Amino acid sequence: MTDTILQTAPGKTSDTAEIVLSVQNLSTEFHSKKGIVRAVDGMSFDLRKREILAIVGESGSGKSVTSLSIMGLLPHPAGRIADGRVLFEGRDLGQLSDRDMRKIRGTGLAMIFQEPLTSLNPVLPIGRQMTEGIMQHLGLGLAEARERAIEMMRSVSIPAPEARLKDFPHQYSGGMLQRIMIAIAMSCDPRILIADEPTTALDVTIQAQILDLMRTLRDRTGASIVLITHDMGVVAELADRVIVMYCGRKVEEGLVEKVFHRPRHPYTLGLLGSLPILGQAGAVGDTELTEIPGVVPSLDALPPGCRFSERCGFATDRCRAEDPPFEEAAPGHFTACWHSDQLERAAR
Amino acid sequence: MQERLKSAVNLATAASDVAPSRSALGRRTLALFSAVTANRGARVGLLLVLTLVIAAVFAPWIAPYGPSQMGAGMSLTPPSADHWFGTDEFGRDMFSRVVHGARLTIQVGLIAVGISLTVGTLTGLVAGYAGGWTERILMRLVDVVFSFTETLIALAAVAVLGPSLTNAMVAVGIAAIPFYARVAYSVTLVERNRAYFDAAYVAGAGHFRLVFIHLLPNILPPLIVVATLGVSSAVLAAAGLSFLGLGAQPPSPEWGAMLSAARDYFTQAPWIMIYPGLAIMVTVLAFNLLGDGIREALDPRQKARQ
Repeated sequence: MTDTILQTAPGKTSDTAEIVLSVQNLSTEFHSKKGIVRAVDGMSFDLRKREILAIVGESGSGKSVTSLSIMGLLPHPAGRIADGRVLFEGRDLGQLSDRDMRKIRGTGLAMIFQEPLTSLNPVLPIGRQMTEGIMQHLGLGLAEARERAIEMMRSVSIPAPEARLKDFPHQYSGGMLQRIMIAIAMSCDPRILIADEPTTALDVTIQAQILDLMRTLRDRTGASIVLITHDMGVVAELADRVIVMYCGRKVEEGLVEKVFHRPRHPYTLGLLGSLPILGQAGAVGDTELTEIPGVVPSLDALPPGCRFSERCGFATDRCRAEDPPFEEAAPGHFTACWHSDQLERAAR
Repeated sequence: MQERLKSAVNLATAASDVAPSRSALGRRTLALFSAVTANRGARVGLLLVLTLVIAAVFAPWIAPYGPSQMGAGMSLTPPSADHWFGTDEFGRDMFSRVVHGARLTIQVGLIAVGISLTVGTLTGLVAGYAGGWTERILMRLVDVVFSFTETLIALAAVAVLGPSLTNAMVAVGIAAIPFYARVAYSVTLVERNRAYFDAAYVAGAGHFRLVFIHLLPNILPPLIVVATLGVSSAVLAAAGLSFLGLGAQPPSPEWGAMLSAARDYFTQAPWIMIYPGLAIMVTVLAFNLLGDGIREALDPRQKARQ
């Protein structure tokens, strides 16, 4: 029944592909007035070459903080990585010097942000902002960098790139700016692109173009993509593998087809249930569009036991008392729920 | 003199020179210019400032006599066709002296503001960018300087450096640094939290690039306003120091110094006090009008209201 939204999800990576990014037991803390709060709690995942990995969750689930922690963009001095490490091609990013880190940014790790309209410097022409990184990271001269910038703009379908190099950000539309952001991010052939809600600020037709563009670039350059989103539709469209986060922890992880067909965590089921599809109401079962009751609990007032128990329709006394471990429920499909088998049967 | 004027101009524009995108700034400046001239007060201010600049540049051709030429007429003659502003106690032509005084005034304005703008902007920018201990130390220093009256700092500086117009300019410039530093600092804090800054950072831009190419051009607009308004307070402060005998020394045709010298005679010959005083007032008014005009042109809320 979920076939309509799954047709395009390609499983292009194999388990044997080289691991380019490895996040190990990452915990990020924020100091607030109420004390220390753990926004990300023991997050681990591996990203393989050419893989598109989606991290989904509601606002406040810790998905953006995960990406900011990887990039070293945590707000100072409030946020800090309390535990764990991030390995990029085997090198621990926390141990690198400023200089080495700067080299990795742009060429190794690139990032695109949610707000294309504010992500470009308003006083510099687009061309300058594009050539800047190219000259710095690829060591090209101005003329060659310009060539490369034009080529990149063409690859993201900006018409008349030669003329548009001189234009300023306010002379572009939002969708074009996001394509420019992608062009800048991809211009130095990064091994990993982290896209934090790349389509949220764009209208739906442009969203499809941007997703398409990201897939094309992945296929052409062999880069891996970490896609941060709250939109299950985007995940189905683009990702190979998906991690569902809730309250700073992973609750489910697996290949997109598996997670979508046989969700093994009630939260994932809820996210899928709130996704509308043409011709039906919800993506899962019922005729009505469902919602997850309640709101994400505040990180300083987490319930005992399973963090989702207060909002979960399957919750039992055990859920409210004991925190379920994150375990392999089926080959390659992990979840943290006491009732995952029951859920699996229900979905069937 | 010409050399010094030139260096003052260089100093004043040094900040914008660092920003490499000349065309970008050029285009913005042009847009700003038309926005400023749309405001009537600013038009008057601009006109007065231009008059002042023309008077300063062409002083030797405009003034009928040399600024220190004694016996150009009888001493203390009232304004007449020969001597538009009358003559002082040495028979020097007041009009010629006031016109030549414009040179010194422009110089004071540019050099003093140049010093405070450059040092203040750099301080605020670096403090806002670096954060941590750098920020704490720099901004606390600024606070310390801020807590003294400007005149007191200028007086202290002149007391150390000795009385001369150059020292007065430097003193006035130093005293105004905290204003510029505070403004630059607060705008930097706003700008460094914008997404383009993070985007440049994750693209691997170094400290220099982040500060001078990404932040500096974006924090300039409010600083331009402060600097324009700052010219008038610098002129006023320097004239005050000269009036107290701590700035320009006789026979220099500096307006403040002229006022000071006129004190002894102003009951018999009020014009020797009126005209330099008027010149100071008009100059201050001109820069204030212009500064307000620029502020309004740069303020989006004001624009929407019009």
